[in-house]
Amino acid sequence: MKTFNYHSTNDVKEATKLASSNSAFLAGGMTTIPSMKLGLASYKDIIDIKRIKKLSGIKVSGKSVIIGATTKHVEVANSKEIKKAIPSLAALAEGIGDPQVRNRGTIGGSIANNDPAADYPSACIALNATIHTSSRKITADKFFAGMFETALKKGELIQSVEFQVPEKSCYQKYPNPASRYAIVGVYVAKHKNGVNVGVTGAKSCVYNEKNIASALSKSFSSSAIDNVKIPSSGMNSDIHASAEYRANMVKIFAKKAVDAC
Amino acid sequence: MASLVGSRVERKEDKKLLTGRGKYTADVTFAHQTYAYFVRSPHARAQIKNVDISKASKASGVVAVLTGKDIANDKIGGLIAGWRIKSEDGSDMKVPAHPPLASESVNYVGDHVAVVIAESLDEARNAAELVKVDYKVLKAVVKTDEAMKSDSIYKDIPKNLCFDWLLGDRAKVKEAFDSADKIIKVDLINNRLVPNAMEPRAANADYNPSTEEITLYTTSQNPHLARIIISAFNAVAPENKLRVIAPDVGGGFGSKIYPYAEEVVCSWASKKIERPVKWVADRTESFLSDCHGRDHVTHAELAVKNDGTFLGFKNETIANIGAYASVFATVTPTYLFGPCATGVYKMPAAYSNVKAVFTNTAPVDAYRGAGRPEATYTIEVLVEKAARELGMDPAEIRMKNFPTEFPFQQTLVHSVDSGDYNAGLKKAMEVADYKGFEKRKKDSEANGKIRGIGFCTYFEACGIAPSAVVMSLGCGIGLWESAEVRFNPTGNVTVFTGSHSHGQGHDTTFAQIAADQLGVPLENIEISHGDTDKGPFGYGTYGSRSLTVGGTAIVKACDKIIAKGKKVAAKMLEVNESDVEFKDGEFIVAKSNQKKTIGEVAFACYLPGTYGEVKSPLPEGEEPGLKETSFFDPGNFSFPAGSHICEVEIDPDTGTTEVAKYTAIDDFGTIINPLIVEGQVHGGLAQGIGQALYENCHYDDSGQLVTASYMDYTMPRADNFPEFNLGFTCTPATSNPLGTKGCGEAGAIASPPAVMNAVMNAIGTDISMPATAEKVWNACQKMKKSNSKAA
Repeated sequence: MKTFNYHSTNDVKEATKLASSNSAFLAGGMTTIPSMKLGLASYKDIIDIKRIKKLSGIKVSGKSVIIGATTKHVEVANSKEIKKAIPSLAALAEGIGDPQVRNRGTIGGSIANNDPAADYPSACIALNATIHTSSRKITADKFFAGMFETALKKGELIQSVEFQVPEKSCYQKYPNPASRYAIVGVYVAKHKNGVNVGVTGAKSCVYNEKNIASALSKSFSSSAIDNVKIPSSGMNSDIHASAEYRANMVKIFAKKAVDAC
Repeated sequence: MASLVGSRVERKEDKKLLTGRGKYTADVTFAHQTYAYFVRSPHARAQIKNVDISKASKASGVVAVLTGKDIANDKIGGLIAGWRIKSEDGSDMKVPAHPPLASESVNYVGDHVAVVIAESLDEARNAAELVKVDYKVLKAVVKTDEAMKSDSIYKDIPKNLCFDWLLGDRAKVKEAFDSADKIIKVDLINNRLVPNAMEPRAANADYNPSTEEITLYTTSQNPHLARIIISAFNAVAPENKLRVIAPDVGGGFGSKIYPYAEEVVCSWASKKIERPVKWVADRTESFLSDCHGRDHVTHAELAVKNDGTFLGFKNETIANIGAYASVFATVTPTYLFGPCATGVYKMPAAYSNVKAVFTNTAPVDAYRGAGRPEATYTIEVLVEKAARELGMDPAEIRMKNFPTEFPFQQTLVHSVDSGDYNAGLKKAMEVADYKGFEKRKKDSEANGKIRGIGFCTYFEACGIAPSAVVMSLGCGIGLWESAEVRFNPTGNVTVFTGSHSHGQGHDTTFAQIAADQLGVPLENIEISHGDTDKGPFGYGTYGSRSLTVGGTAIVKACDKIIAKGKKVAAKMLEVNESDVEFKDGEFIVAKSNQKKTIGEVAFACYLPGTYGEVKSPLPEGEEPGLKETSFFDPGNFSFPAGSHICEVEIDPDTGTTEVAKYTAIDDFGTIINPLIVEGQVHGGLAQGIGQALYENCHYDDSGQLVTASYMDYTMPRADNFPEFNLGFTCTPATSNPLGTKGCGEAGAIASPPAVMNAVMNAIGTDISMPATAEKVWNACQKMKKSNSKAA
């Protein structure tokens, strides 16, 4: 690992001030630290935000679930309020990585990293999330910009993620047999005004599978998906799953999700 | 005293290993320690035009940067191939030079170019980035079945062919095939695997300039072999000036049998800089540079009569041995593979022809089972296909061709001393509830799943090995084993074994044997291994040999102890030696019931005089002390066998295959510790099922390793397996006094064909390993289409 300056602060403003052109915020460090250790990333400044109290915590109202950026996956997985309001969100958190990752990793870190196979981004898309940052609010459909790319500007810090409570929802993941990241992960959420189908793992960036969403908006049943065609163009292709296979699995896992709603 | 052999004694070593008190090579740090980091080739094949170390040498903390030129200048020898194989035409195998640090060319991604030694690992790693290597990149040869048609990697090795070996009789096979009713054919790929020992390889060499002695700590299954190779072939130091210690070692599976470039370089470098040099592989280095396993492309045929009788077998295999011929790379796909490829059957005529090819990939060597898994896969997939094509029950066709008389002269090499294959298969069918399969299949169908069942009946040749036989077949070493049993004066015992334990549980099993032989309580026996300065020379652990060969050496050494003890006891009891019997730790005179315990006798041996009340006279001419050594060279291999039955359940929507039921009935001869044996079978099954369904080492067309981490290399996990149903039959081996046959590799040998036969039974078409979800899904899609056409 290359040497770096370590900063720790309990204040959002100070954290954003410390940010430079070659810095990273550190919360759980579940991606940042391994990347640094492997020499894939190096930073001049690491700004530890774990001490900023207001970034952590869960608030649930009838309409929304707000999760602070440094809230750990295990806290979401175990939250009674979330289990009641959006059980599929708690279940998703329960399925991220392994116990070590869930005890360290945070929701803010997950979505800021925007790994194309991460779980949380699909929840953001499906549950019409709003990402509250140190300077603005960004809706999920504008937040995830591409592979490992987000709308965040340099030094902009995620403070919390606000999810809309749906009528019904379910997340179904087909884990990569090696990494257990999603080969495809499909988050189906039925809201009053329509259905979202957040798909992760399948393409270079999470997306809302509109073909399935509109079929489900008309009739919320797995058979409604049967005749939906999912093109394989734009799908990821690797040694574990070809584009064609992934396209088919998006459909299969969407059906599983609807059946389990 | 109750016999300890056969009882489920909990592993003595586990308290240490499971509480973090083990001592591994990486745990050893010397005063004045330096740290090595290797500069490795990023290219699969390239000429080295220049290596510029000027910047790296000046970097912070750097002690030395050494290159291929330095190692050549110091006349350090290259890495060796330990087994000479001759081609069918009588010519010797061709092997390229394998310098520990390359100076002219690199031949796989991860090949060693230079080493940076620094005060800290970070400094060594950072400086390594400053070593500028000027490469001329060449087109890599990657694929096993294309190697012979590609450019020669080495100018004096045409067609990249190491050897073209034949075992068997082509003319007899032709005759058999000409008389057959039916010829069954298969084309198989035995997928390449990465060993993935839990502990990555490591070395820490400490040269003492005053004594000129090097102490090398290393992750070895075989420290004595490491010492002799590094001394005699690499010429780093004379054998008496090199002490090799393999302390606790976290698994090897074959990949740690022999020394690699890193141990040679660390030892040489330590001598050069007169400071200790430590290297610990990171996981990526393990993936890139541990010797891989398997990697065969096989075409095999079986000639049968319509009633299922086997008439003949042919096996044409291309074996990829990677960029260089590693120590056991040439024997693994020949003598460890060819003979066993006719399986557990009477086979009137057979041959195995193996072409070993070089490619620009990591060297391939022995990996759990080494050759016998490839052999068993070949014959067992073929036999199951024969049953399908002849419309016979897979058990019936097997039983029809089992030998029933022992010793059984197997077609190609082995004389199998004992076995009862019918008993094993019958028991397996009972335990697996074979009769209930159709009902379970229907139940699966009702849940939208496809269920399949697959068999594997196997034998293998292990207990490696009779020295005279293996040396006549080209082995550069003997494969006997040693033991020294040392009574301490106070009556407890230290047993030194030349084999090595890196997960096998020798501390327990070997102590059980010695305890039974000597009548000494288990807790009074310590097993010592892994240090060339302690105990006699030995040949380490691999090929399911430790118990059968090394355990027998312990028995023989104990026999010598008892023989001497009888003389001493007779003198002490003032009787004739012939009146003394030894039983349960006591020397007894039957007619008078006088006795001396073995502890008393041991004590007497160390006090050969009179001291106050203590009178311990030794017989005339006897030396004091009680310590005996034995070198045991077995008369034959040992031949474990068994019947495995696997049931899989496939989700046709995703192609995901689940092992629903797995039954393994094995004949390992006498079992010393069933608890440990079951653990060995579990581990072997996990690796074999891993090969069948998950694991695959994948290089892309340019020779880059795609599966270089656990993000892409699918290691099986506990949730991939059902509860295994294990059982045993027992026909004791006749080639050793314990009657043991070896159990370490059987699980990995038998399970790939059992699983694959089940998958193919379910989907009705041939499919290659690993049967990944997408492959199975594609087969299911085809099946759906042909079903709908048929409807």
